[in-house]
Amino acid sequence: MDYISVQNVTFQYESQNESGTVIKDPVLNDISFDIKKGEFVAILGHNGSGKSTVAKHLNAMLLPASGKVFIDGLDTSDEKVTYDIRRKVGLVLQNPDNQLVASIVEEDVAFGPENLGVPSDEIRKRVDDALKAVDMYDCRLNAPHKLSGGQKQRVAIAGIIAMKPDCIVLDEPTAMLDPKGRQEVLDTIIKLNRENGITIVMITHYMEEAVLADKVYVVDNGRMLTSGTPREVFSQVELLKKHRLDVPQATELCHKLRACGVEIKELPLTEEECTSMLKEVLR
Amino acid sequence: MSLLSVKDASFIYSQKTPFQHTAVDHVSFDVEQGDFIGIIGHTGSGKSTLVQMLNGLLKPTSGSVMLDGIDIWDKPKEIRKIRFRVGLVFQYPEYQLFEETVEKDISFGPMNMGLSENEIKERVLNAAQFVGLDTELLQKSPFDLSGGEKRRAAIAGVIAMDPDILILDEPCAGLDPLGRDVLLTQIYRFHQQRGNTVLLVSHSMEDVAAVCDKALVMDHSHLQMIDTCERVFSHGDRLAEMGLRIPQITSIVDSLIDAGFPLQKGTLTVEKAVHDITEYLKKEGRL
Amino acid sequence: MRDITLGQYFPADSVIHRLDPRVKILSLIAYIVLIFCTFNYVSLALMAAVVLMIVILSKVPLKMYLKSLKVIIVIVIITSLLNLFYGTGEPIFQWGFIKVTWAGIHNAIFVCVRIVCLILCSSVLTFTTSPTDLTDALERLMKPLTIFHVKVHEIAMMMTIALRFVPTLLEETDKIMAAQKARGADMESGNLITRVKALVPILVPLFVSAFRRAYELAVAMECRCYRGGEGRTRMKQLHLATRDYLSIVFTLLVIAGVVLLNVFVNITV
Repeated sequence: MDYISVQNVTFQYESQNESGTVIKDPVLNDISFDIKKGEFVAILGHNGSGKSTVAKHLNAMLLPASGKVFIDGLDTSDEKVTYDIRRKVGLVLQNPDNQLVASIVEEDVAFGPENLGVPSDEIRKRVDDALKAVDMYDCRLNAPHKLSGGQKQRVAIAGIIAMKPDCIVLDEPTAMLDPKGRQEVLDTIIKLNRENGITIVMITHYMEEAVLADKVYVVDNGRMLTSGTPREVFSQVELLKKHRLDVPQATELCHKLRACGVEIKELPLTEEECTSMLKEVLR
Repeated sequence: MSLLSVKDASFIYSQKTPFQHTAVDHVSFDVEQGDFIGIIGHTGSGKSTLVQMLNGLLKPTSGSVMLDGIDIWDKPKEIRKIRFRVGLVFQYPEYQLFEETVEKDISFGPMNMGLSENEIKERVLNAAQFVGLDTELLQKSPFDLSGGEKRRAAIAGVIAMDPDILILDEPCAGLDPLGRDVLLTQIYRFHQQRGNTVLLVSHSMEDVAAVCDKALVMDHSHLQMIDTCERVFSHGDRLAEMGLRIPQITSIVDSLIDAGFPLQKGTLTVEKAVHDITEYLKKEGRL
Repeated sequence: MRDITLGQYFPADSVIHRLDPRVKILSLIAYIVLIFCTFNYVSLALMAAVVLMIVILSKVPLKMYLKSLKVIIVIVIITSLLNLFYGTGEPIFQWGFIKVTWAGIHNAIFVCVRIVCLILCSSVLTFTTSPTDLTDALERLMKPLTIFHVKVHEIAMMMTIALRFVPTLLEETDKIMAAQKARGADMESGNLITRVKALVPILVPLFVSAFRRAYELAVAMECRCYRGGEGRTRMKQLHLATRDYLSIVFTLLVIAGVVLLNVFVNITV
C-alpha cells in the first residue's frame, strides 16, 4: 500500500435546522487516491469543492462517514493512533495569524515537539534546524505579529517540521499572501520536498502552483474530476474551463492558437515553455 | 478641473517619535471623472496609506487632496461628507459585517448619511443587485452567508452610499478564480453603467490589465508611474526592478518581440495576442 | 495604538535580566513585604538603598522608571498629604482645622517612600523579564497548586495565548474602526448613549473575529498534537545558576538586616 491511501471516502456535515430535522450536507462523494512517499501532490478545486475537507481527512481531524483513509498503514478511524498520525502528517492552514500559539517565534516552533514529550535538548536542536530549513533562523526571537504574512506562514511550516513529519499537508497556504510571500512559501515547500524528501500535499486554487507538483488531483463538487501529471491535467483546457477553473495564460494562448489552426503539438505549462515553443512555431 | 487631485501629499506615521516612518512621500496626481485606475505596488509601498488619504481617513502630513477643486480638509468637521463621496472598501471587508440582517448592514452607510427610509430601501436593493446578491438573502443574517456572498454584501454596503469615487483595496484577495471573475465583472459593470470613477488596489497584474484603463504604480512611498495600462506594462524592466511582475501574456509577447517578431508592446489580453500572432502568420502566408 | 505591547519589557544585558524569572518573582514578593515591614528610618533607608541598587543594576534608563512613577505621582501626593494632616499627637503647626504633627510628618515620609519603592520594584520585574518568561515562571511556581486541583497548565496556556493575540486584536480593532468610519460611522460626537451605541459596529465584528480565530487556533493546536499539559516537555529548562543562588543569599541577608534593625535600633516613630 502507498504511504497515503484514501479509499472510497464519503463525508457529510450534519446539522439540525430549526424544526429539528437533520440536514445532510454532502461534501465528499466516493473519493479515492493514493500518494507515494516523497511525492509532491497538488489538489485543485474551487472554494466549497471539498478540497479542504480532503486535507482534514489526511491527519484524522475528520473521519470518513464511509470508506477508509490509511496513513503509513495506519487506519485514521482507530483512535489509538490519532496522535501518531498527526505527528506523521502535519497540517498547515490558510490563515497564518491563527495558527501561531506563542509570542516568540522559536517558542512557537517548539510547541509541537513539546506536546510530543520530546526531551528539552532535542527540542532545541529540532527548533533550530526547522527554523533554518524555512530560512527564518534570524527571526527566531521576534514576535509573530511583527512578521510579514509569508514569514508567518514559514514559521507555521517550521512548527510542523519540528515534529519530524513524513508528510506536510498545506491547505491553501498562499491564499492570503501577497506575491512576494507566495513565492517565499512556494520556494520553501519545493525545497522541503526535494532536499528533505518530505511528502507534500498542497491544496490550492492557483494553477501556477499546481504546475510545480508531480501529480495533480482536481476535485469538483466533492468528486474527483480528473488527475494526472500537470501536463496531462492542463491539456484538458476545455474540461477545466467548463468547470470554471482557471488555466495559465501561457496554456490558454497556445490552446487558442491551436484552435485557429496554428500547429502546436503540446500545450505549454509555463511562460518559458510557451515562449520557446512559439519562437519555433513563428520562425 | 480634475475630479480628484492629489497635490504634493505626504504621510508620516508616528511623527516625531523614534518609530517615525514615511508611508507616502510627496505624491501628486489627478483622477478624472470616469477613470478606472489600478493601483499596484508591493506590500508596504504606501498604497493603503494613499487610498486612506483619498477619503479623509488619514490627513496628509503635508500637501493636500482636492475633490472638485476644494481641499477635503477645508472643513474638518464635515469630513464625513467626503467619505460618502469617496467610498472605500477595505481588504477582507466581510470582517466588518455586524448587523442582524444583510439589509440592515447594507443600510448602515446610507443611514449615516441621513437619507429617508424610502431612499435607503431603494439604494439597498440597487446595491444588492449590482453585486449580484439575491433579494431573498437580504433578510438573512450576514453571518449565515457563504464567504463570497459575505464579501459581496460588504461591498454593497459601500456602493449603497452611491459614491462618486469607489476605491476597492484588494477586493479579490482570498477568492477562488471563479469568485474573482464574477466580482471583477460586477465591478466593471458598475463602472460602465454608472460612469463612476473606480480605483482598484490589486496584487494581480492580470486583474488590473483585464479591467482597468490606467495603472498607478507605487514603490517605496513614491509614485513611480501613472499612465494607461498598455504604457505602464510596456515597462517590464522598470517594474521588475520594483519587484513587480507584468501579466504573463504581456511578458510572453515581450519575449517574442525581443526575438524579432513584429508584435505590439504592452499586449494585455490573450485575445489580442492570439489576434496579432494569427495576423502575422497570415501575412507571412503560413496560415 | 499599534505600538502597545503588553508588559514593558526593555531588552538589555544586565545581571538582573539574566536572573531566573522564578527567583525574580519570589524576590519581588519578599521585597514588597519587607518594604511594608520597615518600622524605623534605618530599615527604611536600607530598603530604599537596596531598591535603588537593583534599579541601577538593571541597566534600564532611569527615564523609564520615572515614566512609570509619573502614573502614580498623584496617588503618592494625596496619600502623603492625608497622612500629613491627619496625624495624631501634639500639633507643631495649626491653621484652622489643618494641623501638622510630628507623627503626621513621619507617616507621610514612610508612605511616600514605600509606594515609590513598591513601584520601582515591580517595574524592575516587568522591565527585565519578557512576558513569556513571566508566564513560564508563574506556571512553574504555581505547580504545587495542582494538588488543590488548580488547572495551572491551562491558566498558563491561556496567558500565553492572550499575550500572543492582544497585539493582533488591537490591530484588528484599528482596521474595523477605519472600515466603519469609511461607511460614515461617527464615533467622536454625541452624548454618552449615542457613543456607546456607536461601539456596536466595532465590537460585534471584533467578537465574531475573536471567536473565528479561537476556533481556527484550536484546530491548529490539535493538528500539532496538543492534548493538555500531560506528558508535555518544555524547550526552555530553567536552571538556577550561581548568580541566582547569590541573589537568593542577598535577599535573605536583606530580610535578616531589616528584622535586626527593626528589633535593635530604637529610633521608632
